Amino acid sequence: MSSFPMRKHPLKLVGILLVTVILGFVMLPAVVVTITAFNDKAILAFPPQSYSLRWFARSLAYDDFRKGFWNGLIVTAWASTLALAIGTGFALALHRYSFSLKSTLEGLLLSPLVIPHFTIGLGLLILSAQLTVGRGFPLVILAHVILVLPFVLRSVFISLQNLDGRLEMAASSLGASPGRVLFTVTLPLLVPGLVSGWLFAAILSFNEFTATLFVSNQAAQTLPVAMYNYVREYADPTLAALSVIYIVVTALLLTLANLFFGLGKILNVDAH
Amino acid sequence: MLTLTDTGLVEPASQSLSTARPAVQLDGVTKRFGNATALHEAWLKIVPGEFMTLLGPSGCGKTTLLNLIAGFLDADGGEIFIDGTLVTETPAHQREIGIVFQNYALFPHMTVANNIAYGLKTRGIEAGEIRRRVEEALALVKLTGFDDRKPRQLSGGQQQRVALARALVIRPKVLLLDEPFSALDKNLRASMQLELKEIQQRLGVTTIFVTHDQAEALSMSERIAVMSAGRIHQIAGPQDVYRRPQDRFVASFIGDASVLSGRLVAVTETAAQVAVGPLTVEVPGAPLAGLAAGADVDLFVRPEHLVLVDQDATGPALNGIVKNQVFQGGHVDLYLELADHAAEPVLLRSSGAHSSSKFRSGDIVHVRPASMDLIAFPKQDG
Repeated sequence: MSSFPMRKHPLKLVGILLVTVILGFVMLPAVVVTITAFNDKAILAFPPQSYSLRWFARSLAYDDFRKGFWNGLIVTAWASTLALAIGTGFALALHRYSFSLKSTLEGLLLSPLVIPHFTIGLGLLILSAQLTVGRGFPLVILAHVILVLPFVLRSVFISLQNLDGRLEMAASSLGASPGRVLFTVTLPLLVPGLVSGWLFAAILSFNEFTATLFVSNQAAQTLPVAMYNYVREYADPTLAALSVIYIVVTALLLTLANLFFGLGKILNVDAH
Repeated sequence: MLTLTDTGLVEPASQSLSTARPAVQLDGVTKRFGNATALHEAWLKIVPGEFMTLLGPSGCGKTTLLNLIAGFLDADGGEIFIDGTLVTETPAHQREIGIVFQNYALFPHMTVANNIAYGLKTRGIEAGEIRRRVEEALALVKLTGFDDRKPRQLSGGQQQRVALARALVIRPKVLLLDEPFSALDKNLRASMQLELKEIQQRLGVTTIFVTHDQAEALSMSERIAVMSAGRIHQIAGPQDVYRRPQDRFVASFIGDASVLSGRLVAVTETAAQVAVGPLTVEVPGAPLAGLAAGADVDLFVRPEHLVLVDQDATGPALNGIVKNQVFQGGHVDLYLELADHAAEPVLLRSSGAHSSSKFRSGDIVHVRPASMDLIAFPKQDG
């Protein structure tokens, strides 16, 4: 198609208009929330009558949010790292060996994609009563590992399938033991897949709410749970301010990731 | 129990060489994938320093055989010896084999120098020695100064040189080459073939070369193992597989050959007479042994061994009709219809001596096979 020169066409104008409308529609909630965040009044009203930054100050100073943020970081770091280790191991096993229960195992590992988050939360909650493990960090981290594992597994598995097996064969013919092949050839070449898997897991884990609600307690509540608890008590623009911070920080992180690693590489968009 | 000579797989000529311990020896190696037999009892002895080619169409089992020797696959039967040591159960990384793949399989995350040094590092050789040998290997493949490049910054030919250097620097017991030239363009391929052959001879490294390209096999090898459908059909020097093919498959796969329908006149152990129309030609007796006089046979004729004769020349000839004429630069290919003597048009290759404008479609010509290197096999059903 690229051999056809682009010509001016009445439909092109309609296309531009359509894209603008769709983009506007997608952006609308974020825009409304952002404007609301600057409302001086202690109500979630739109459009605001007067403007102020005091809700930003409050959201950054609010104790539950501060704690939720750090809790979330702890949970995310543990959960995505554990999921990466487990997922990589399983992906390597699934890729390298064929065994009788292979497809069953594959299905099981990818099943959290079809099981609702609240089911996992509820299931772990019931189990915790049986095991007399209270709600708290270990249970939250466990729930998150289960939830993000399929994404990590998938990411690493696809990278493995794109890896040329002859590289490992060449390394082994050059005298490298299987372990040496893994650490000098396989894993270094999997780094983009591992990073993208970890990043997906981290984003999912940090934003996870439903399952976390069931298994967290006051001490281990993450930021989304803290936000939920806040909105049940107050209806001021603090949450809107927090949302703006959320968006800005995420955009900043992704920009940095793009700058240092190349986002295409991390998200596996780029084939090379 | 069959011995190697009984199967006809070992050339008498190689018997004198086989007093030396073979560099690679396969004793009845078999490989199955599910119900399919990829390799059926392969027997092979490769002499130290030899350049042996596994030649056959895709799916013939040549790459399976290579992978079995390298240790990437486990044999389902038979034994493999490298340098006199039984290695059938030895993992790939302990076999001390150098391998060059079709796509070179250079480690993309390492520099050229680190690619070449990889096999030396696994052997725990000290850094100074590694540096010296990497430089030596780079000089061998004429890439001195390319140490710090990454593979993706190299051309196809340069990547292949690095792959070769990486395989040779470990001083392997055997060098395996898996279709290493098929990704190169024609001119580069020819020069790389010469260079590889030159390096191989200089180092005297035993080499097993896998290819489906018969021209490549004929020009480079000391011996060729012709394979098809998981079996080795013939192991012989390039001249012999071309001039004295073991069976119909080898006769038709190596070089061009036309098939003429003939009738067996007489057969002894050494020679047989075959009649094609008014002609009687002599062929080797072995392939026709046991056949009764009068049996239908197929006579294989190389295009350069079919000669045009003048109508008034003495002696019998076959009448043919020119179907097609293809100018090939150095020679002209004539496709002739030989009425009752051949089912398919036969190919006659004439050198530049015959002007290409001499024949037109429909012209009647007279041909006769030159009485050299003719071979006949029992007629195949269907």
